[in-house]
Amino acid sequence: MTATDRSAGLAGRASARPASPRPVHSGRAARTRRKWYEIIALTGPAAIVFTLFVLTPIVFAIYYSLYKWSGYGWPTEFRGLDNYIGPYGAFRDPIFLDGLRNNGIVIVGSLVIQGPLAIAIALLLNRRFRGRAVFRLLVFIPYVLAEVTVGIMWQLILQPSGTVDALLTDAGLGHLITGWLANLNVVLWTMLFILTWKYTGFALILFLAGLANIPDELTEAAAIDGASWWQIQRHITLPLLGPTIRIWMFLSMIGSLQLFDVVWVASTPAVRSLGASNTMATYMVDHGFNQREWGYGNAVAVILFVISFLAALLFQRFVLRRDIEGAQTRRAR
Amino acid sequence: MAATAALPRDRRPVKWSTPLTYVLALAIAAVSIAPVLYVILGGFRTTGQIAADPASLPRPWVWATYANVLKQPTFWHELVNSTIIAVATTLGVVVLGVCAAFVLSRYQFRGREALYTYFTLGLLFPAAAGILPLYLLLRDLSLADTHLGVIIPQVAFQLPLTIVILRPFLAAFPAELEDAAYIDGASRLGFFWRILLPLSRPALVTVAVLAFVTSWNAFLLPLLVLQNESLHTLPLGVQNFSAEHSQDTAGILAFTSLAMMPALLFFSFAERQIVGGLQGAVKG
Repeated sequence: MTATDRSAGLAGRASARPASPRPVHSGRAARTRRKWYEIIALTGPAAIVFTLFVLTPIVFAIYYSLYKWSGYGWPTEFRGLDNYIGPYGAFRDPIFLDGLRNNGIVIVGSLVIQGPLAIAIALLLNRRFRGRAVFRLLVFIPYVLAEVTVGIMWQLILQPSGTVDALLTDAGLGHLITGWLANLNVVLWTMLFILTWKYTGFALILFLAGLANIPDELTEAAAIDGASWWQIQRHITLPLLGPTIRIWMFLSMIGSLQLFDVVWVASTPAVRSLGASNTMATYMVDHGFNQREWGYGNAVAVILFVISFLAALLFQRFVLRRDIEGAQTRRAR
Repeated sequence: MAATAALPRDRRPVKWSTPLTYVLALAIAAVSIAPVLYVILGGFRTTGQIAADPASLPRPWVWATYANVLKQPTFWHELVNSTIIAVATTLGVVVLGVCAAFVLSRYQFRGREALYTYFTLGLLFPAAAGILPLYLLLRDLSLADTHLGVIIPQVAFQLPLTIVILRPFLAAFPAELEDAAYIDGASRLGFFWRILLPLSRPALVTVAVLAFVTSWNAFLLPLLVLQNESLHTLPLGVQNFSAEHSQDTAGILAFTSLAMMPALLFFSFAERQIVGGLQGAVKG
């Protein structure tokens, strides 16, 4: 944004020097060349690493997905789109479709539960009160813990006749006890609960950051005009938090689509293989990596990629459009 | 604008609030940390105690379980492996990211916005989508079962976010600053190295913390790439331990709490940076 006028200024200075032996033009050409060397040297490594390890694998996934392949040597058994829509293709496998549905439930459940919850907590923790910093630190903790830690933690807490069951019995609610991680009708909701516990803190971090950017003058002016706390939140704070909320929705959606760790650790392979708790990502690793069906696994990877990419583009096009200017995104993990 | 985000925004004296605020805040904090406390305290009980009364405090306190975990070389190996991978990833992300963000923010050239958009493509789809072919690629490059095989892809996956956070930050420095440096005889790289980098410390710390935590917690990539147990990181170690000692609830709890300690301590120190940095990122 500032570079052009500077090179013009320097060139002007050079030409003003009468003793300058070099013609102006070769000096400018040398500077331009030098500028391009710098551009290439500084962005090159990042561009190469990014291209090679983030984008290239997707291209290879498309290629591999057209083959039946055990992963050794170069794939030779061309199968066209069989891995997608053939009789044994992903879209004909009810377990994969279960995974797809589970991803959908997690996306919607995360948005519907974590969003309002985090907004409420953010509004609460955005009030100025003594000890606020400590509370903020505490509510962020679940987000910082590793997914594996969280999975194992809840697996132990929810194990049969474990802590949750004991607490429920003590509270006289023993009849509610079920196989939280084994009951095929319940396990997905247990996962959703664990994810809510873990990721509400992430929404909260973003929302608190967004709230901090809302100038105090606005809310103070409204308060002077006689607006109540609720009116201020409803008519000033929330609308101004809109861009942050929409970015969070985007990140949450991408995060839910690639859900793997918590489900992998907290639910058993048997439960997953029955379609009760599996996601596209766990299904992909189960088949592609563990069962060495590389072509098929890559087909699942491509489906995951296409769904995510389309969802992201549609979201950008229709929801984030007005926020793109100045607003940035962060990937949830 | 981003530069001021890390500063305290409000210097008015903090007041005590209504009891209701505290009751709600306490309830939320309790829900957040109760499971974590359960894990930490559970490590001080025996498996027998836990089975007999799953929801109570340690009585008596047992130190042997924690001591046993700390005596295991596996735990320390995994701690070292996690540290090597996280530190190397962080360094790689920061160095590559800040160089690219510098060019993308302060050079004027044809294709600049296209290059920026190219990097942001990485934010539009989840890393997991490419994980199988990525594993195959690493295998073909003989990087499977090496720490580098985890580090380099992690750097690659973290770059888009890093560039997206750093670019507006670097672009926000006024042109006068750059002009003053040139008048004093600095080259563009000299300006970058001697002036921009030191001034960007808050943003660099933010992206470094994010990269470190992401790497520290990473599971899927190490799970596929690191087959050799001697290379395993702590998240893999937690899973291994719970699979191998599935009857030893107290042991799993102790191992898990020791494994999460570094992240918790690190976060307590870096919380301000994470939140401050995201604040700049949410609205640059």
